[in-house]
Amino acid sequence: MEAVRTNELGLRRDEWLERMKLFGLGSPAILLILVILVIPVGWLFYVSFIGADGTFSLENYERMLKRKSYARIFQTTFEVSFLTTGLCILIGYPLAYFIAGLPNRIANLCLITVLLPFWTSLLVRTYAWLVLLQKRGLVNEWAISLGLWDEPIKIVHNMTGTLIGMVHIMLPFLILPVYGAMKAIDRDLMKAASNLGASPRRAFWTVFFPLTLPGLFAGSLMVFILCLGFFVTPAVLGGGKVIMVSMKIVSNIELFVNWGAASALGVVLLVSTMVILWIASRFLNLEKMTGGGH
Amino acid sequence: MTSRTNEALPISVKNVTKTYGPVHALNDVSLEVQSGEFLTLLGPSGSGKTTLLMVLAGFTRPDCGSLKFGDREVIRTPPHLRDVGMTFQSYALFPHMTVAGNVGYPLKLRKVPKPEIAARVEAALDTVQLGGFGDRRIDQLSGGQRQRVAVARAIVFEPRILLMDEPLSALDKKLRDQMQIELRHLHEKLGMTTVYVTHDQREALTMSDRIAVVNHGRIMQLATPRDLYERPANRFVADFIGESTFLPVSRQGDTVLFDGTPLLHDSPPPEAASLLLMVRPERVVLSREGPREGVNNFAATATEVVYQGDSFLLHAALADGAQIVLRGAMRGANVTALPAVGDALTLCLAPEDTVLIDGSEA
Repeated sequence: MEAVRTNELGLRRDEWLERMKLFGLGSPAILLILVILVIPVGWLFYVSFIGADGTFSLENYERMLKRKSYARIFQTTFEVSFLTTGLCILIGYPLAYFIAGLPNRIANLCLITVLLPFWTSLLVRTYAWLVLLQKRGLVNEWAISLGLWDEPIKIVHNMTGTLIGMVHIMLPFLILPVYGAMKAIDRDLMKAASNLGASPRRAFWTVFFPLTLPGLFAGSLMVFILCLGFFVTPAVLGGGKVIMVSMKIVSNIELFVNWGAASALGVVLLVSTMVILWIASRFLNLEKMTGGGH
Repeated sequence: MTSRTNEALPISVKNVTKTYGPVHALNDVSLEVQSGEFLTLLGPSGSGKTTLLMVLAGFTRPDCGSLKFGDREVIRTPPHLRDVGMTFQSYALFPHMTVAGNVGYPLKLRKVPKPEIAARVEAALDTVQLGGFGDRRIDQLSGGQRQRVAVARAIVFEPRILLMDEPLSALDKKLRDQMQIELRHLHEKLGMTTVYVTHDQREALTMSDRIAVVNHGRIMQLATPRDLYERPANRFVADFIGESTFLPVSRQGDTVLFDGTPLLHDSPPPEAASLLLMVRPERVVLSREGPREGVNNFAATATEVVYQGDSFLLHAALADGAQIVLRGAMRGANVTALPAVGDALTLCLAPEDTVLIDGSEA
């Protein structure tokens, strides 16, 4: 006998309506992404395949392969990104560890301090570094008066200056996820390690550090990817000596009015970022499979 | 793991005090745990029982006092050099290691050769009935299995002292009952001195050789489960262990009076300024034929009757308004008809069940 299925249609309709409402909430964002992201990026791809004569051509990509200057630019971009990420880890991880060990109220205050740089614009912060680091800047003057070095040294308009500025700007992006991972670690785990015979150092390396890896990985990835497309800081603090992909894109448009070449660079940057993200996501899944994820 | 060459160690706690600001988490606590004994620290939350366990493990540094494992003074020894096994309320299993990785961790730290680690891990897992689970990830295990892994990890390096911090509190009741018996058997098999913390009085009664009831940072009473239940030292212990109602009684020379009537009691009342009659619900007998000979009879009126399947609870008011709770078995006349609210009843308490305790709130 057929079971009685009272109100089945009405209930199913309610569920469908609920889902539609949820979709409705998301639709402005979906529309926005479509208009300002998907269409322009599609156009970017299209333009990158248009040659100087206005027909389909691979010349924009061929140029990248042929000219040595492009190879150098990509090399610089990755070098700056790697170094910035590495320095951020070296500075950020111990700082996050320190903050995670503080009582909650003080820790929150410290986190606000970490985020403080976000309150001023990127450009202001970058120029502030320029003022501090220049030949007659605060850093050189003080170092000389303290006797740290005798002559003003060149710490801006080069790689050093670029890295100082970029690390400063990127640091919060690393600290926050690492701090989050550290706070998520059950305090009893460290006690257990210690109880089982691990010295504080062993307990750190065998239990604490592995459990912060997903956070450290996420933070490093974010910093690295942000670095790849960075423009203002290397442009101002690099003094023309540190040329990254984004700067080449600007010069292609502003100096040479070559939209095709600029688009091709943009596409390469976009694709390499996506490849890195894809590889990283495989790694992150691996983390989860070995139980390291949270 | 089946036979042990290591001797269990006695634990000696002397005059340990720990204050947090004005609060005494531990107030001059002294306690001797005998070698091989299963001792439970029982108390409400915030009583200091966990603090005492943390002092034993070395995670809490007391203000003063002495702690000896055997002859060794360890009060200033850091936790990783104390060589005691411990299980945590949250299990504290390392999520980035397999079951075998967790259990083998203490052996790896002790530089045990790899083949021996594998053998001892498997033996420890067998002991907790998790043989063959070595390759599992921690998040693939149920609560009861995690508990077993935590125990295996705590015993695999054959510590002579085992500390357990509310190990069963996260399990459901059925599993908890089963694990209580299992842990008890494990203790009999391995014979290590065990200090067990719980707030569950039934768990304490089931498992322990002796129980230390802790409150306000002090040990209220240290006794075997039976003594603790039958002869509680004061009202707090009587209240915390089992259910009971208390009736005020007065002393007149050698006799003890309740509501003007002398009480029959087998054991002498304690020397105390104020006395209370402790009434355990299961010891009160409902008499359907009026007062009986040779027992204490109380005339009462039923105020509430609760059917609970295997038994029933009867709340009754005495003439002076005091309340008595009675738990009766569901058999005989009770199955046919339970007393109704408002019925006049006679409640009987045998002289051996008439326990007088120190009424001061200690």
